[in-house]
Amino acid sequence: MESVYLGIVLAPLIGAIVAGLFGRQIGRAGAHWVTIVGVAISFLLSLVVFKHIVLDESAAFNGTVYTWMVSDGIRFEIGFLIDQLTALMILVVTFVSLMVHIYTIGYMHDDPGYQRFFSYISLFTFSMLMLVMANNFLQLFFGWEAVGLVSYLLIGFWYKRESAIYANLKAFLVNRVGDFGFLLGIAAIVVYFNSLDYADVFAAAPLMADMTVRIFAADEWNLLTVICILLFIGAMGKSAQVPLHVWLPDSMEGPTPISALIHAATMVTAGIFMVARMSPLYELSETALSVVLVIGAVTALSMGLLGLVQNDIKRVIAYSTLSQLGYMTVALGASAYAAGIFHLMTHAFFKALLFLAAGSVIIALHHEQDIRKMGGLKKYMPITYWCMLIGSLALIGFPGFSGFFSKDAIIEAVHASDITGAGFAYWCVLLGVFVTALYSFRMFFLVFHGPERIDPHAKAHLHESPAVVTVPLILLAIPSVIAGLLYAGPLLFQGFFGDSIVVRAEHDVLAQLGEGYTGALGFMLHGLMAAPFWLAMAGVGLAYYLYMVRPDLPEKLKQQFLWLYNLLDRKYGCDDFNDKVFAGGSRAAGRVLWKVGDVTLIDGVMVNGTAYGVGWLSGVVRVIQSGFLYHYAFAMIIGLLVLLSWFVFA
Amino acid sequence: MIALSEFLILGALLFCLSVAGIFINRKNVIILLMAIELMLLSVNMNFIAFSHYLGDVSGQVFVFFILTVAAAEAAIGLAILVVLFRNRRTINVNNLDSLKG
Repeated sequence: MESVYLGIVLAPLIGAIVAGLFGRQIGRAGAHWVTIVGVAISFLLSLVVFKHIVLDESAAFNGTVYTWMVSDGIRFEIGFLIDQLTALMILVVTFVSLMVHIYTIGYMHDDPGYQRFFSYISLFTFSMLMLVMANNFLQLFFGWEAVGLVSYLLIGFWYKRESAIYANLKAFLVNRVGDFGFLLGIAAIVVYFNSLDYADVFAAAPLMADMTVRIFAADEWNLLTVICILLFIGAMGKSAQVPLHVWLPDSMEGPTPISALIHAATMVTAGIFMVARMSPLYELSETALSVVLVIGAVTALSMGLLGLVQNDIKRVIAYSTLSQLGYMTVALGASAYAAGIFHLMTHAFFKALLFLAAGSVIIALHHEQDIRKMGGLKKYMPITYWCMLIGSLALIGFPGFSGFFSKDAIIEAVHASDITGAGFAYWCVLLGVFVTALYSFRMFFLVFHGPERIDPHAKAHLHESPAVVTVPLILLAIPSVIAGLLYAGPLLFQGFFGDSIVVRAEHDVLAQLGEGYTGALGFMLHGLMAAPFWLAMAGVGLAYYLYMVRPDLPEKLKQQFLWLYNLLDRKYGCDDFNDKVFAGGSRAAGRVLWKVGDVTLIDGVMVNGTAYGVGWLSGVVRVIQSGFLYHYAFAMIIGLLVLLSWFVFA
Repeated sequence: MIALSEFLILGALLFCLSVAGIFINRKNVIILLMAIELMLLSVNMNFIAFSHYLGDVSGQVFVFFILTVAAAEAAIGLAILVVLFRNRRTINVNNLDSLKG
């Protein structure tokens, strides 16, 4: 099977190299064929792996394919850990990636950077696969940084746009902050566990549970808590949790396919995956779990609220992504890792679907993204309409759709959890359901229903998108509907993940829920009577009332609660704060260092100062050198006298 | 019999006189040259006196060498002086300061 695993990661890499380096020679069609075939091979091999590991229940593979170096007993290797968690992740990643590749043919049709784009998204697929298939922290970090790099390249894909350059720099810098914590976490693991290998670290972790370290002065900190929180800071950067979320909405400057692939379905879930993978460590630290839980809950609610006031179709979905990532994080914090990963999977499908459908709308309207200039698109774009409806229903957790199972499981899990902060988190995620439904259907109604507010010029060419766009939509819509029905039971309650996720018995909220589980249908019936369903329906109803029945009302509400609107419109001031304090502070510090350190001290005192000193000294010495012979003779005599007196009297 | 010390005092006096000639003279380069000659002669005086009192002729041999060198030096010095005068139209020491930086 090792060659299969290698094939999964190498096929997209080869595609990326060929399309990237020989793009001009193979042409546009060549570029999309070579990368799509690469990802398709990867997807098919992932299916083989899924069957092998999950359906045939073979033992997990954990092996090294290449040893880079051995230094002081620490092995730096490239290796694969293929268990149920990995098998599921690679399947989701390669499937969504394949859909996005196909969709890109249509979306980027007229773009001059066609080959470059395909090369990047294939490279991204490779990086993400390296990340999820890693069996050691080194490779995890490699994949982690590589997806960050490709994300940077893709956000700034349209590099002539000022805003795109700003956004990709912002994404890169914010991710650096997270990666700083992540790197410290890995360093702590190397120092205390003396190994980079997952298996070694997980095996040694329980023995270290009570170990403490000193960080500042005399404070004693639990070692595992420190490591887990540091690693989670990395996850906060990559998975865009408050307060490191600011880069994700701006990353919508990139082309829509990568918004779907990277900033919704896969890369941003790397943090969620990482925490789930590290479950043997997190389980040993209640404090770290509480931190994860609270951060996730804050993200889930506060980011959802921001979605309410956005007018850019992609930004609405971006805030929705932030909010859903918050849900996943909450699940991790409540030790319901399986629910988190399940939501990751369903979210990957329906969020990619939503983004690609939004992209379909955007190209139909000639790159118009403002939902106030849409409306009534239902009759022009029926396929996109139905796909968007499915995606939205899945997002709000309508019973039967995939999102319902995963989100309900998370809410129930948080409810059952008794970890510190669970009560707060429960209310956050519950309110989040209402908010999610409100912003989703606000966008949905504004785009597809109601009066047409389309630019007349665009309207003349308005038609449904071509098959390369709609087929991926339909293919993504299918799992968005059925993934929950099929996999809710096995994934959540029937030990799908086996040993790949470790949960301590006293934390195991999913097992408590599982006792009352009577199949997907029972789950749905139960869901119909529970609060989240009615909250979601209330959200949809309110959206319908506000934007279909009384379209004048939102404006009045806005005037009434202007302070609230401004607060949301300014994104709680996070961007302003970062701009002023961190970016402005860094610039001010840089200016001080430049003016004082460089210009004054180094250039002024050291470099020019030396020159001036020499010049001044020569000026003084020059006075002595008068040119008169008798002065020189006098100096000689004086010297002679001094020497003589030295010899005589000393 | 004249004592050695009196010769040495005479030599020292001549030497000081010539040094003073070099410093104090601000007018004429020829006087400068003469002062240098005088300086050499005062040294010769010491050589001769020591040679005589110590009964060693090598001191007198040295004097011949010094006289030869002094003659050559005077010749070169005067030649330079002539060239200098041709170029500058003056041999006033106060005006000769082009050695300064």
